Amino acid sequence: MNPSALVPGGLLAMGLFTEPVSVAHYLVVGAILFTAGVACMAVKRNALGVLMGIELVLNGANVNFVAFASPYLQADGGRGLGLDGQAIALFVILLAAAEAAVALAITLNFYNNHATVDVDRADDLKG
Amino acid sequence: MAEFLINTVGLSAWLAWTVTAVVAAVLVLNVIAGGALVFIWAERKIAGRIQDRLGPTRTGGRFGWLQSLADGIKLLAKEDLMPEGADGMLFRLAPYVSFCASFCAFIALPFAFDFIGCRLNVGVFFVVAVLGLEVFGVILAGYASASKWSLFGAMREAAQVVSYEVPLGMCVVVPVMLAGSMDMVTIAEKQAGWFTNWYLFHDPFTFVIFWVYVTCAVASVNRAPFDLAEAESELVAGFHTEYSGLRWSYFFMAEYGSMFLVSAMAAVLFMGGWNGPIPLATLLGLSEGTGDTANYFVRLLGMFNLLGKATLGVLVMMWVRWTLPRLRIDQVMTTCLKYCTPIAAAMFAGAMLWQLFLPGGLAPGLDRPAGEIREGWLEGPGGRAATAPAAEQKKVAQVNR
Amino acid sequence: MIAAAFDTGLVAAALPLAAINWHSTFFLLFAVLACVCAIAVVTADNVVRMALYLVLSLGATAGLFFLAGAEFVGAMQLMIYVGGTLVLLVFGVMLTAQAPFVSIKTAPGDRALAGIVGASLLAVLLLSAFSVEEWRKPAAGVVGDPTATPIGMALLGVRVDEPPAGSPAGVRSGYLLPFEIVSVHLLVVLVAAAYLARAKRRKTPRAIEVAASAEPPASVAEHAAIGREPAGRGGSVLVGGPR
Repeated sequence: MNPSALVPGGLLAMGLFTEPVSVAHYLVVGAILFTAGVACMAVKRNALGVLMGIELVLNGANVNFVAFASPYLQADGGRGLGLDGQAIALFVILLAAAEAAVALAITLNFYNNHATVDVDRADDLKG
Repeated sequence: MAEFLINTVGLSAWLAWTVTAVVAAVLVLNVIAGGALVFIWAERKIAGRIQDRLGPTRTGGRFGWLQSLADGIKLLAKEDLMPEGADGMLFRLAPYVSFCASFCAFIALPFAFDFIGCRLNVGVFFVVAVLGLEVFGVILAGYASASKWSLFGAMREAAQVVSYEVPLGMCVVVPVMLAGSMDMVTIAEKQAGWFTNWYLFHDPFTFVIFWVYVTCAVASVNRAPFDLAEAESELVAGFHTEYSGLRWSYFFMAEYGSMFLVSAMAAVLFMGGWNGPIPLATLLGLSEGTGDTANYFVRLLGMFNLLGKATLGVLVMMWVRWTLPRLRIDQVMTTCLKYCTPIAAAMFAGAMLWQLFLPGGLAPGLDRPAGEIREGWLEGPGGRAATAPAAEQKKVAQVNR
Repeated sequence: MIAAAFDTGLVAAALPLAAINWHSTFFLLFAVLACVCAIAVVTADNVVRMALYLVLSLGATAGLFFLAGAEFVGAMQLMIYVGGTLVLLVFGVMLTAQAPFVSIKTAPGDRALAGIVGASLLAVLLLSAFSVEEWRKPAAGVVGDPTATPIGMALLGVRVDEPPAGSPAGVRSGYLLPFEIVSVHLLVVLVAAAYLARAKRRKTPRAIEVAASAEPPASVAEHAAIGREPAGRGGSVLVGGPR
């Protein structure tokens, strides 16, 4: 195996292991989580799948907030959010939990009335 | 230890931290595994004695010392079965999820002043949070076993664990409030000295809270009399019915690990942690020291102290298991929601008022100034300047305007 | 001696750069786990597996929070999100189960459309993530403050933390009002969810009981349904009364 051909990719990978991470790295993770959540909400027919998508979306946003709030990720002490970012993330977690509880109660009621959790069957008000 | 490796042995920083982490992990793993071995033997002996029989007496001499070893060998040699309709990946994953949750909580548990995996600022919170993750292994095991009884047992156990987290959280907040920090090292340090400094004897509300904590902890680890979900006469074996051999032993180690953990937490939060009933080290004139001149003997003594208290807690749990009859699931839920939660809330309010008016505890003359609470973040005579480590001295000028 | 040999010889041959930054390595581990599990949530069909992947993803996110120095938020994530919300979700999965766990699939056209929209959204987000130069400069050798007590104090309205270096000076508000609002909000949600999900006495049998009467009960929900109505399917008419 010719090592020189792998050097650029190897150096990039090595960089990820050896260089300190910055806010951009966290933003990438947040973006992927957010997009996965949106795709989950769009694709899933199971109501609980949609709920899981909502949780992913909120988590992606939280990752962004915490990244901006972190003193470890920004050079020169940064112009970051500091404690405010962590407080925002805290409130997002609390509200997401509350919203998940209500959504599950609604889903349970829907299941009791229609014997299914398929959201495509929720068309009583259609037309 | 990492500093020792960097400075004395001359390893590079990243390697030193790796070695330290691996050593710490191996030590904790041995505590869990070795502890499980000892507790299995202890459980069988105690069960035997309470039931007026002898327990194991043949393997390894008169007291059956090697019974646990024999059990271990038997478990390793068993056939690895999986039920036919079982979800393969989830079935295999479930024991590890449970064990990982139990093991991870030991990261934040202090065994002595500097013998801790990671000194987290939110240590207590982290341990309680991670203990709540064990329920996922249970649910996965119950679902993946493709058996109705496993699923029922798993759901009941999950409901029980999750319900008891509420009063457990309230019980745990009281020592945090008394110490002013969620850092378990700080909480234990504040109880240094004679046993009268223990938070157990701080005020009557904390005393009651301790017993509520014991109840909630026993329920949280699904231990009798709250072991409806895994009792033989109820649901075969609940969520781990279909597990045998090494997979079952993972659940087993997770359960005994959790038992040890909640006992150790009770010791740290209420009974002084590694500070004994008698301050032996101070009486002998030794001090703990810091950094390179750390007095390892004192710390070792403290560690054995904590291990002894935790083992005492586990033995009491075993004693209770073989003495009290089992509760029904509705009685379990009633105890949680109608008894433990209101009592914990009322005692929390009481402890809070006591802390406001009598911060010194039962003996108002004790020297416990109110300013030391909240880690000295507020300006004041006992403020940040007095307690700040070197890295944060620069903030003193701004805080003390 | 041994250390030097280990350090320079073997290790340097394996890695072109001699030092592993453990912070970055663990970040990579948690980030890959979170992203892979998030994508697995989208692609999995079995709803219980989706729940498992979501648990792993959120747990890895909590690890990311710890690495960023937000220890309190990380512990909150573990306790509330993973230990609370997801357990609730799994309970919901079990209660709405149909025998066997039916996989409800979407049409391929819908999936393709969602894929295109998702990919474009991801492209936009990644572009914005890499476009601001300031966000790509990592910090070096920072010692952060522990954040649990400042957060607690802030929730009571007192800001004791030091503002970040470049932020504008001025009075910073505490979080007392949002704290109280969220507390009342949680109480309202608790009551509402308990009310919405209560077991009702019914004049006519529920849809799932009608479905259950057609086939032998084989799932948790049907067992639970039959168990929950003590009078049984036929008796609910006798019980009568307003719901």
